[in-house]
Amino acid sequence: MSLGPYTSFIVTSYALVGAVVLILIFSIAIDYRRQKERLRELDASGVIRRSGRGAADIR
Amino acid sequence: MTLIDLANPTRFLTLTTRLLPWLAAVTAALLLIGLYQSAMAPDDYQQGATVKIMFIHVPNAWLSMFVWGVMSLAALGTLVWRHPLADVAAKAAAPIGAAFTFLALVTGSLWGRPMWGTYWEWDARLTSVLILFLMYLGLIALWRAVEDPSRAARAAAILTLVGAINLPIIKFSVDWWNTLHQSASVMRIGGPSLDRAFLIPLLVMAVAFSLLFVTLHLAAMRNEILRRRVRSLQMMQASQRAA
Repeated sequence: MSLGPYTSFIVTSYALVGAVVLILIFSIAIDYRRQKERLRELDASGVIRRSGRGAADIR
Repeated sequence: MTLIDLANPTRFLTLTTRLLPWLAAVTAALLLIGLYQSAMAPDDYQQGATVKIMFIHVPNAWLSMFVWGVMSLAALGTLVWRHPLADVAAKAAAPIGAAFTFLALVTGSLWGRPMWGTYWEWDARLTSVLILFLMYLGLIALWRAVEDPSRAARAAAILTLVGAINLPIIKFSVDWWNTLHQSASVMRIGGPSLDRAFLIPLLVMAVAFSLLFVTLHLAAMRNEILRRRVRSLQMMQASQRAA
């Protein structure tokens, strides 16, 4: 597949979109782990939700 | 499960946890199909291979406005019904919308250089999209600056609704003013003016990016609900220690 004289513009565009989408995915995944970890710490310290469920129970 | 059940954050979390792996799989499959079709699409008789930038630029540009539209509906939910999930939805959508807008601006710029001879022109379409990007950043800053989530929610909802005025300006800027940016070629009266060889990959990529937004948004909403749960439990813990 030849992209002609403007290959660098096309490849940069696709690479940039890929990079930003990956950053979004990883930042959301890392944030999820962080919140779950905080909830586990609260659970371990004995804090219970008003519903009576443990802090780390995400149901 | 009815729609009203989803208004409960706990039920929402249960559904999201079940739904996310399936949504992620369908999104990944559609993105792969879209990327393959984009790679195989023929060169344009005028633009050559740079037409391939359209397959990523246009979905990002559509989503930059669509996400603000979603946030505007959520803002109404915050102001009218004061529903906690409405603010969660708006807050979770803002960074994703900002990313799509950034990508629309940069890919547009990279497309513009070989086609227009310039990376940037202060025309109505480009400037109004830049304003949209700055509004996203402003909203994110507002949520971070105000510690109390309910106060931040109301202020952000008002700002979001005021900012929604920019959406028709972006959409119709190419009709109202003489711009360097081309006029609409897909969503227009009389149907799309694009050839099927370009239209089909573009629509597949648009659906794939829309599903990507839904997947990321649900995951980010789940994070925001958990963050608020952490905050309320920490406050409960602090008040128990103080008593």
